[in-house]
Amino acid sequence: MSDTLKTYPNDPPPGMVEKRGASLWFSHAIMIFGVLIVFFPIWLAFVASTVTQPEIVQPPMPLWPGDQFFNNYREALVSGVNVPVATMLLNSLIMAMGIAIGKIVISLLSAFAIVYFKFPGKMIFFWLIFMTLMLPVEVRIVPTYEVIAGFGMLNSYGGLILPLIASATATFLFRQFFMTVPDELAEAARVDGASPMRFFWDILFPMSRTNIAALFVILFIYGWNQYLWPLLITTDPSMNTIVMGIKQMFPSGDDVANWPVIMATSILAMIPPVIVVISMQKLFIRGLVDSEK
Amino acid sequence: MEKRVTFKGWLLPLCLIAPQVLVTAVFFFYPAGQAIWQSLFIPDPFGLSMQYVGLGNFEYLLSDPYYRASFLTTAIFSTLVTLASMIPALFLAVVADRLIKGAGVYRTMLIWPYAVAPAIAGVLWLFMFNTRVGVVSWYLGNLGYDWNHVLNGGEAMGLVVVASAWGRISYNFLFFFAALQSIPKSVIEAAAIDGARFWRRFWTIVLPLLSPTTFFLLVVNVVYAFFETFGVIHTITSGGPQQSTTILVYKVFSDGFVGQDLGSSAAQSVILLFVVGALTIFQFKFIERRVHY
Repeated sequence: MSDTLKTYPNDPPPGMVEKRGASLWFSHAIMIFGVLIVFFPIWLAFVASTVTQPEIVQPPMPLWPGDQFFNNYREALVSGVNVPVATMLLNSLIMAMGIAIGKIVISLLSAFAIVYFKFPGKMIFFWLIFMTLMLPVEVRIVPTYEVIAGFGMLNSYGGLILPLIASATATFLFRQFFMTVPDELAEAARVDGASPMRFFWDILFPMSRTNIAALFVILFIYGWNQYLWPLLITTDPSMNTIVMGIKQMFPSGDDVANWPVIMATSILAMIPPVIVVISMQKLFIRGLVDSEK
Repeated sequence: MEKRVTFKGWLLPLCLIAPQVLVTAVFFFYPAGQAIWQSLFIPDPFGLSMQYVGLGNFEYLLSDPYYRASFLTTAIFSTLVTLASMIPALFLAVVADRLIKGAGVYRTMLIWPYAVAPAIAGVLWLFMFNTRVGVVSWYLGNLGYDWNHVLNGGEAMGLVVVASAWGRISYNFLFFFAALQSIPKSVIEAAAIDGARFWRRFWTIVLPLLSPTTFFLLVVNVVYAFFETFGVIHTITSGGPQQSTTILVYKVFSDGFVGQDLGSSAAQSVILLFVVGALTIFQFKFIERRVHY
């Protein structure tokens, strides 16, 4: 027990609520054990990406990294299996950025229109947009595929991005936020003769910065981690995104998969979203809580 | 709720809302409408004409033993994923909540898997349990357990459940941890002074106060298990063996794109539409009212 700890008569005895002493270490041990278990699959993938193929196909594989890190990652990035992983990373980046930025832009504009204007049919638009909440692309894949094919947008970035920004979760969020902005600001802008767009750029947009950043984190990961949609509409390997491209790296039939390269690709596929999540942790948690509540 | 102060004009707001409406109409409402329309027809094998069958596709589906089996599989799968991701998350959050120092570090470590795409999670777990090179399956073999998820439906289900629940543990942990941190310490301390031990405090105070978060997570995790686990199933089992891991979303894909049975696939999409709608209404109406804050 810590003897530097100040105690007040009204405090409960130490150890009753917060853990101290032996039980504190026990709690830490549980947490470390939990973290290790949760981390193990990632660790194993990393180890596999640093050893040679024979070391993996002769089980059990080692549990400590080998010396093939540079060779495996170079092979993955430059040649890959069907297409260089560098190409797939670029495609994923364009898709994730396109979805995040595209959705934020159209949602900001429409939320501004819905909150700050009265116009004919406003409620109809509002409810139409509201209806799109929670209907994932998975349930309308076949007809959406036909629409994209009809526009000749298979194997294109437009085809990858547009169907995934067609929902109104972000609009809803911005609407909720705009409703909390004090009326006096719009009033003052109007009295001063500022145009609506000027009010939007000079006042509303800067005020929404934190919300925009939080939403960006969520949407980037959402876009990066898409699987089914890219799987359907990118038949050309050079348009594959990294998350769906990994499955294509497994050989059909009885051939042995090139595990070191596949695992290096898995690690490469998780690095960008992990960096985004870790570096913007506070914004990310805020975005999660906002977007789900 | 309406803003008291609004700007004048109707042309500008219509222009502002136009991109959202356009994207939503073309890539959301039109495909959703198509799904409903196509569900009433059976296309001929060459796709040249369609025969109107009314609700025939639905009648056929509901009497199809494979489709019913898929419903049951989805129910089992989503129940298991929800439990397997929420219970460990709650446990870890409760332990982390009692730590004064270090909780933030553990949180950062535990966020990682959330950023990993379901499809990548599938590849990582497949690698660990691969029948030829998997480390875990090799050690299980040494212990005398012959792991083979390629042939054994129960093991296949177990593997896709664990792989799907893995990333969700992070997500649920974040929400539980935030909720636990917001419970006033004085409430817990008062109970401690009255002599309530940890487990008693947990069951009578902490868990009831967590109920809004728990029910919210329950719905969100069921929705996740229904729709976003496609990548896990596709990478690990492709719905097999003998359709033992074919969940509803996977069946829409395999009947529509692999089997080319468009009418049936569209009817399945419509049924899924209703499932999502019901879950959404359930979340908004039932849970918001019944759970005490």
